[in-house]
Amino acid sequence: MTEDTIAGLAGAVRTGARTATEICQRALAQLDATEPSLHAFNTVAADRALARAAAIDRHPARWKQAPLAGVPIALKDNLCTRGLRTTASSRILDTFVPPYDATVVERLEAAGAVVVGKTNCDEFAMGSSNENSAYGPARNPWALDRTPGGSSGGSAAAGAAGIAPAARGSDTGGSIPQPAAICGVVGLKPTYGRVSRYGLIAFASSLDQIGPFTRTVRDAALVLSAIAGHDPMDATSEAEPVPPYADALTGDVRGARIGVPRGLVGAGVDREVAQAFDEALASLADRGARLVDVELPHAPYAIPVYYLVATAEASSNLARYDGVRYGMRTPPAAGAGPDLPAMYASTRAQGFGPEVKRRIMLGTYVLSAGYYDAYYLKAQQVRTLILRDYDRAFERVDAVAMPTTPTPAFRLGEHAADPLQMYLGDVFTVSANLAGLPALSVPCGFTAGGLPIGLQLIGRRHDESTLLRVADAYERGTAWWTHRPPIATR
Amino acid sequence: MPAQLTSDDVVRIAALANVTLDPREIALFTRQIGELLAYVEQLQQVDTAGVPPTASVRRGAAGASADRPDEVRPSLEIADTLANAPDADRSQMEGGFFRVPRVIG
Repeated sequence: MTEDTIAGLAGAVRTGARTATEICQRALAQLDATEPSLHAFNTVAADRALARAAAIDRHPARWKQAPLAGVPIALKDNLCTRGLRTTASSRILDTFVPPYDATVVERLEAAGAVVVGKTNCDEFAMGSSNENSAYGPARNPWALDRTPGGSSGGSAAAGAAGIAPAARGSDTGGSIPQPAAICGVVGLKPTYGRVSRYGLIAFASSLDQIGPFTRTVRDAALVLSAIAGHDPMDATSEAEPVPPYADALTGDVRGARIGVPRGLVGAGVDREVAQAFDEALASLADRGARLVDVELPHAPYAIPVYYLVATAEASSNLARYDGVRYGMRTPPAAGAGPDLPAMYASTRAQGFGPEVKRRIMLGTYVLSAGYYDAYYLKAQQVRTLILRDYDRAFERVDAVAMPTTPTPAFRLGEHAADPLQMYLGDVFTVSANLAGLPALSVPCGFTAGGLPIGLQLIGRRHDESTLLRVADAYERGTAWWTHRPPIATR
Repeated sequence: MPAQLTSDDVVRIAALANVTLDPREIALFTRQIGELLAYVEQLQQVDTAGVPPTASVRRGAAGASADRPDEVRPSLEIADTLANAPDADRSQMEGGFFRVPRVIG
């Protein structure tokens, strides 16, 4: 089962056992076969990908050291790609063709990756189900009537369906671990500042981070090594040295202290998810990890804090969509006046979907005169308390474990009428974003109905290595990662 | 805390946010944003006296300045930039302009 991992494919290309072109053709064929069911892609870049693969095959000597040589990769459609349409799944950017590449795209291509397309996501990454895409939702490869999660739903679905062994997502409030868990793949949200966001279409700047979806933990380490590190183009990227993440994968978790916030995970979790979580903890303990009870007393407030901070920042970030420099422009309705402000308002009315409007409205409200202290400032103060909870826990443990999601994938449309119910599903993922901590989801089982379940590990700032080490050791002792949905093998 | 959100509030916020809403959206958002504000009300239970706000979790700022020398560097080509414009005048000898509707009456 190693042939469709990044490590396996790149190794085969480097030794000349396989060509990048043949691997790319297979990925595109699988994409074509599954796309009518999954709708995982907004844009397929077949010609661009084949040209790129051919270029790698023409000069094999140049790629002898390339960690991702010839590896097909799917990019979330909020990462700018020069000359390749980038929409953020929004009508307002339907025709946008970026004049530059995101830093992660440059780094991935320099490492040998071949971009096969841009994946479907919630509009401007706002959502947990991919249903807020202007192009309609992507679907879960394990159950086509269910969500692949969000906001990076298409990326997780493409990874699970065997189209691309590496997919790139972005994460503002759990948009990598959550879809990874419910699509049965590995997802890693790095520490805030670990990966450059230059060229990522901004949602909430104090929370956004970019990270990989892969089939194995080792592959996540390989991709993170390729994309991490300081970038002068992103003032929030940190200068911290990038360790060789793959070296952390010793298979040994003896002595690792894993914190379990029993108070947080004790209630409101689906029975099968809770059981899989307990079994995963037992497996880690069997391998020599020490389980330690920890308390995160302010974690239950993470969702209200998140929806105030994220919407406030979004209302500011999305002010740039004004119908002037790029994207769509809609003339004002008759009677609204022919002038510039009327054009802004009608363009944004036509260009944004309901969830984006709702969040811009909420964010504008909480920042407006008279409400700032009660909502936004208060949320930032509780954010400090959430951070302190984690600081205190990490004095005693090396990582904190919890289920990635309280339930397996829900049905498309299940929460459509009630945005708040949808938000509550993010209870275990948003606190890592608020605290800027790395978080990793690794498959840890299936429901009786065959839906994947994820184990989430949250680590200290800039300690992705511990998460990767623990998750890799867990993965070696289980076979969950080898399970594939039927759609991946046909 | 503020009183119940009204449709007038929603119309006022929409103007601040530069979004035109139709009557159906005004009614929907009045209800939904009102529910979200009621939900976040639980934060008032948390004692935050003396707690500083967190605007950014970035901690490397002290050690690594984000400043750079103020030097002229290459930027995007004007033609590439205007290629995405919904309306532009590309004929000008200086390279062209974005075109916008009337700004002042």
